Amino acid sequence: MADESLFEFLHMEIVAYVYKHQSGDNNDQERGNALSTLEGLGFRVGQGLIERFTKDTPTFKDDLDAVKFLCKDLWINLFRKQIDNLRTNHQGTYVLQDNKFSLLSQFSNSKQYIEEAPKYLVYTCGMVRGALSNLGIDSVVTAEVSVMPACKFQVVIQRA
Amino acid sequence: MSRQGNRGTEGKKMLWYLPFISPSASMHLMNSELFTLTYGALVTQLCKDYENDEEVNKQLDKMGYNMGVRLIEDFLARSSVGRCHDFRETADVIAKVAFKMYLGITPSVTNWSPAGDEFSLILESNPLVDFVELPDNHNGLIYSNLLCGVLRGALEMVQMAVDVKFAQDTLRGDNVTEIRMKFIKRIEENIPVGDE
Repeated sequence: MADESLFEFLHMEIVAYVYKHQSGDNNDQERGNALSTLEGLGFRVGQGLIERFTKDTPTFKDDLDAVKFLCKDLWINLFRKQIDNLRTNHQGTYVLQDNKFSLLSQFSNSKQYIEEAPKYLVYTCGMVRGALSNLGIDSVVTAEVSVMPACKFQVVIQRA
Repeated sequence: MSRQGNRGTEGKKMLWYLPFISPSASMHLMNSELFTLTYGALVTQLCKDYENDEEVNKQLDKMGYNMGVRLIEDFLARSSVGRCHDFRETADVIAKVAFKMYLGITPSVTNWSPAGDEFSLILESNPLVDFVELPDNHNGLIYSNLLCGVLRGALEMVQMAVDVKFAQDTLRGDNVTEIRMKFIKRIEENIPVGDE
């Protein structure tokens, strides 16, 4: 049992470190490297976490079930709440909306600092992608923020 | 409805007592696996970025320091401990309140030096190393060095300069994890400290 704020602080430090270490010139390429490093970290953690959490659950009937599991059980385990809204076009695109994302809730309640927000979402995108990948689903996960602390994660399932 | 007289405790502030971490505090508790796995990913990334273990240890300590200076505020806001009068009280608060609140473990405080300025925290289990094994080529790596930085940063914000080191580590084959803390001095001036 660990405390939620520990993870939030650690996450802040990781983002700060990756940016300091990766961006020498602070141009778009460097920023892209930092984002992909963070996403990669999240990916590996997501894979590990989903293995632990689904040890005893039966296999999922289809992609929608897996995404629903993500929205409910996984999100509760990670952020102590469920995803507030799940939308899908039934053709492989899912939008997960969290109205009070815990990693952003200390940031602001409006559009201030919105340019900084993506840095703090990309780790979670990686976790979602990693979780789905260990459930056998290849995907691309992106996040968007319009008004903090609400954010939307968009999952696009890749069919081989 | 009977009214019970509340004697004397209203105006008097209890300066020294250990707050009971009630079960309702569990709304702050989360699955520690997320934290453990994230920490593992971080250490792996650091090992990839830096060539030698010494650098990684230093980075972990720095990051821990930055975390500690923020964590102390969160800690003081949520627990109701007052100012500690001496280093022994500090040790007790760290072991019984802070570790319990943040990591859910209660290390024991032992090995006090005769001058009373050094002690050891013995952790039977360390949640940070839950799924971890050190590979052979990283013998100098102090995996949980973040903890040292956190303790150092947090105490510096309450005007105590301390030196924190790992004396024993289960990852390196010892039975328990032992953190040795040494009081250096009291920081007198309240100048704002920038992040390192």
